Amino acid sequence: MRRFWAVARAVAWRQIHNFTHNPAFLLPSIIFPLFFFTAFAGGLSNVANAPGFDFPSGYTAFQFVFVLLQSAAFGGVFTGFAVAADFERGFARRLMLAAPNRLGILAGYLLAGLTRALIVGVLLFVVALIVGMQIHGGAVDLFGLIVLALIVNLIAALFAFGVAFRMRTIQAGPAMQMPVFLILFLAPVYVPLALLAGWVHAVATVNPFTALVEGGRDLISGQSFDALVAYGLALALAAAFMVWAVRGLRKAEAAGG
Amino acid sequence: MTLLAQIGEMARRSVTQTLRQPALLLPPILFPLCLLAVNVGGLDAATKLPGFPTDDYLNFAIAIPFMQGALFAAINAGSSLARDVETGFLKRLALTPMQRSALLLGNLAGVMTVAALSSLVYLVVGFAAGLKVEAGAGGVVVLVVLAFLVALAFASLGALVGLRAGSGEAVQGLFPVFFVFLFLSSQALPRPLIEQEWFRTIATWNPVSYLLEGIRSVVITGWDDVALERGFAVAIVLCAIGILGASRALRTRLVRT
Repeated sequence: MRRFWAVARAVAWRQIHNFTHNPAFLLPSIIFPLFFFTAFAGGLSNVANAPGFDFPSGYTAFQFVFVLLQSAAFGGVFTGFAVAADFERGFARRLMLAAPNRLGILAGYLLAGLTRALIVGVLLFVVALIVGMQIHGGAVDLFGLIVLALIVNLIAALFAFGVAFRMRTIQAGPAMQMPVFLILFLAPVYVPLALLAGWVHAVATVNPFTALVEGGRDLISGQSFDALVAYGLALALAAAFMVWAVRGLRKAEAAGG
Repeated sequence: MTLLAQIGEMARRSVTQTLRQPALLLPPILFPLCLLAVNVGGLDAATKLPGFPTDDYLNFAIAIPFMQGALFAAINAGSSLARDVETGFLKRLALTPMQRSALLLGNLAGVMTVAALSSLVYLVVGFAAGLKVEAGAGGVVVLVVLAFLVALAFASLGALVGLRAGSGEAVQGLFPVFFVFLFLSSQALPRPLIEQEWFRTIATWNPVSYLLEGIRSVVITGWDDVALERGFAVAIVLCAIGILGASRALRTRLVRT
């Protein structure tokens, strides 16, 4: 276990260092969520006046939850890009040779992804509060929202790592990004589920991300929240993608990194 | 070899190059259609807002794929010319009697072929989904002409950056910039219905709003002279800036070689 944590800490430190010291990695991660938040919450706020839109905390809070979860998910995907790049450059091969416990490599990348999501999430919270976002949930609700965002980061990262371990090239980027992008946007992004129309409503109803984003909105607005559904689903997805990622790691080991 | 024959040869190369690469052909068609589908389902409730100009969000949103297709045209045109700079193809061409205008226009031909093809697909899918063009068949022709002009404007701006920077990576960096212009426009709601004043001000100053409103006007209003004049004026000015700028950049690039 000591070896596991030693590897995890070293990999995480390297990733976090790369992320925080390279503007090419840091700036897009910060600017894009802020931009989406601005564009959605600013440009579409009148949508909250549509008949049937009944979110008590206002449109800024409504969009904030989506953008927070979206940025958490993309934080995971971008960490997956770093894994793929490490394989492409041959660094991962050397890492595997050096690491006494290779699961520690996976854990290290996960810790880096969580740190990335935390940094962006904190910035988003600060900006949202500055622009006057209303929060009707209590401290426990907010803590619950943060935990939910971190689990979303974990799910997306594990999915992306699984792809990166199997394909071992940065060209796998679209294969990591597109499914996550589609799942995020086939959820109630702009309006509550009940106001979605056509086939998007049908898809959003069965999309697991819908339960997470609606759970997050319940938390921020202090409404009754079905924790079992949201967290149960999130943890089940995390467990399933953990299996996917670990099996991917084993495939990468078998292929010689 | 006459100028026309030179343009023809360069155009043949450019079109063949483009059609042989699904990565250049499919994203400009599929990505905007995916986002159109998501937005139409997600923002249908906005049509219930007082003052919304149509009762079907598809009629409002159909202008967006044409703009996104133009963004792809910019990236593909810029990347193609940057690749020619990077691989030394331009240096070799500089040794031939090939004229600059033939090189530029021919290079844009492949991208414009994709833009024309994409426009047709957007319209066919739109009509299949129930799109109604208020201005009738003549309106469809005007829409296609304006969309083609917009694509040419963006493609020439992409070419300008590609030739100036001589790096595909720099051109790829344009995508977020163009995306910001698109999001901070009247793409999701008509300008009078944008609630936040700062956002409405940005959208009013943003030329992309007038391109969207020009295309949208023939679908929703019929023959709206003001919207069409503004749309065509912005497109022509952008075209002029792009083509003149790209032509000058090409001259500089060829002198350097």
